[in-house]
Amino acid sequence: MKAIYLDHAATTPIHPEVLQVMVETMEENFGNPSSVHSFGRKARQILDRARITAAKSINASEKDIIFTSGGTEADNLAIIGVAEANKNMGKHIITTKIEHHATLHAARFLEKQGYEVTYLDVLENGTIDMEQLKKSLSEETILVSVMMVNNETGVIQPVQEIGELLKEHQAYFHTDAVQAYGLLPIDVTALGVDLLTVSSHKINGPKGSGFLYVHPDTKIFAQQYGGEQERKRRPGTENVAGVAGFQKAIEISVKEREERVNKYQKYRTLFLEKLKQSAVDFSINGNESERVPNVVNISFPGANVEQLLTNFDLSGIAASSGSACTAGSVEPSHVLAAMFSENSPCTTNSIRFSFGLANNEENVIEAAEKVGQIVGRLTK
Amino acid sequence: MKKPEDTRVVVGMSGGVDSSVTALLLKEQGYDVVGIFMKNWDDTDETGFCTATEDFDDVVRVCNQLDIPYYAVNFEKQYWDKVFTYFLDEYKAGRTPNPDVMCNKEIKFKAFLEHALSLGADYVATGHYAQIRRDGDRVEMLRGVDENKDQTYFLNQLSEDVLRKVMFPLGHLPKSEVRRIAKEHDLATATKKDSTGICFIGERNFKEFLSEYLPAQPGKMMTLNGEVKGEHDGLMYYTIGQRQGLGIGGSGGPWFVVGKDLERNILYVGEEYENEALYSDGLTAVDINWINETPAEPFHCTAKFRYRQTDTGVTVYPNPDGTAKVVFDDSERAITPGQAVVFYQEEVCLGGGTIDEVIKNDQALDYVG
Repeated sequence: MKAIYLDHAATTPIHPEVLQVMVETMEENFGNPSSVHSFGRKARQILDRARITAAKSINASEKDIIFTSGGTEADNLAIIGVAEANKNMGKHIITTKIEHHATLHAARFLEKQGYEVTYLDVLENGTIDMEQLKKSLSEETILVSVMMVNNETGVIQPVQEIGELLKEHQAYFHTDAVQAYGLLPIDVTALGVDLLTVSSHKINGPKGSGFLYVHPDTKIFAQQYGGEQERKRRPGTENVAGVAGFQKAIEISVKEREERVNKYQKYRTLFLEKLKQSAVDFSINGNESERVPNVVNISFPGANVEQLLTNFDLSGIAASSGSACTAGSVEPSHVLAAMFSENSPCTTNSIRFSFGLANNEENVIEAAEKVGQIVGRLTK
Repeated sequence: MKKPEDTRVVVGMSGGVDSSVTALLLKEQGYDVVGIFMKNWDDTDETGFCTATEDFDDVVRVCNQLDIPYYAVNFEKQYWDKVFTYFLDEYKAGRTPNPDVMCNKEIKFKAFLEHALSLGADYVATGHYAQIRRDGDRVEMLRGVDENKDQTYFLNQLSEDVLRKVMFPLGHLPKSEVRRIAKEHDLATATKKDSTGICFIGERNFKEFLSEYLPAQPGKMMTLNGEVKGEHDGLMYYTIGQRQGLGIGGSGGPWFVVGKDLERNILYVGEEYENEALYSDGLTAVDINWINETPAEPFHCTAKFRYRQTDTGVTVYPNPDGTAKVVFDDSERAITPGQAVVFYQEEVCLGGGTIDEVIKNDQALDYVG
């Protein structure tokens, strides 16, 4: 039995060209980019090139890119780094109830440090409440952090609108674009964001690599102490092979973005059509018009997440609930709880399917049929 | 009979050495083994530490060593409703509950079994020290070979139908052999120490734990003759036959708990281990489960009134309503309401029930629970 991967929002298979670049880099280019000799310079060139590629992909300047170990580190650096550097301007932060834990737990940490954090509600369709955001802004607000696309539902948040709103406000604007990057066009100037998080392994690059875009006027404190790397904003010897692979993944994702969007949209539609034919009861969570094409979050009334996911896996279907696990058991989704309420059955009967490079029409159809059979058996 | 490779066995894995070796043995026998961790209780503290997380991590490591899939399932709600609520209610009623018996009945061999069956399991297996004898359609539960570890006492509420779908691969092994197998295979849990006490209390102070959930009402401690010997901290903290923690000084003693009066909130104490008040000659049991056929006539067998006790001869007078009167061959000490009475015919466990009343000279002892 060959397992079918429908969990590309968790991580993605590495692109063969990315792998090749990484292997070459590790074989031929082991130098430390900070070294003052030819080995070091050769490695430094890789970083410089990657930085330009990363910057161009979001219409930024290369000096605005800080390479990190991934999305979590970039979110932490953005949120805690900005909060600490700007506390003389106020100690209020606004984020949302549906952020990734990398953001939420950074915000909780700041609360313990004496900051005040507002967690915005979302509407039932999964988008944040702009009116509540407007009301929550005060003279004390120094940072607003709203994700570009939610990782559990795929729903797009009104980032540009928030950018507009904050133009005349002192608050910095951070967006976690991990689930958007590679699928939505991103232009940091047009969006009006000051900080933006991207992760490599969500776009067929290696794990352990990511970047944070930081607008040059942004005051931010490093969260690590060490050498001069990343202009002291992120010390530590760079993950050169990881960055090289990341660069290749960015190049491919820029070149193939439209093609991928169309392909994933087709898979999603096909999957849902087949699921409808299986006559099981289901509903889609989140706004169907403002969303990325590769994610669908489905509620199966009468089923429960653990039973579904375990059965799927034993039948060779890899999906997820999108939310955190404690001691391996799935906790009710905080995102769906924010959309529907704590006690909604949706929080414990919903599965996220996400499409990508590991899919083709055949395996998407096969997966939908298996999912239909399993759900039918468990809910009859 | 299906071949082992076509037979799916879901193993309840706790992160301990027993369930680790259970999975190992089944895997070696060629079964399609799936490991599942049950999360029944959340004990996350302020620092974010949670025993379940540590235990699950051990399950993961062992399953990866064995190359079997592993999952977790959350039964916190069921555990709270069916086991913990019962546990508190029994203490409120002045009795000494046995949550392990209830956990086996309601969680491990009900909720978990159902979950496993929904995953296409042919059997569930656990690391309990008990044996199953299958003879055609008849399935019996036998004591574990390791007398000191035999756990049939806690499994007395299982039915034959449930046992049909159960495997206890450790039942024929002594504990030392289980440890040896774990070490031989270098299992991640080979030297992990056995858990002790009630799972949700763990290593914590029992009294402190209970006081978080039940209000303690201190009261008088007296002899059956009405002589006041001191104060007790709350009846729920004491069990019949207990010697520790009474704090009675002066001459005489040692002192033991011999009874409780819930209405008047009095703890009865008596001197000497062999205090006559601690002895009885029978009991009534309720909620009896007979694993195989339900007896209609009185019969003689052996019984245990607490875990790890040597069983003694009794005559059982079964009633049609699932209760029974049990008369002891010889008088017994410190029979405790709320605990299980479990019946055996030689090696076969017949079933058991909950001790309700304690009888002496054909009268229920009113000072016991």
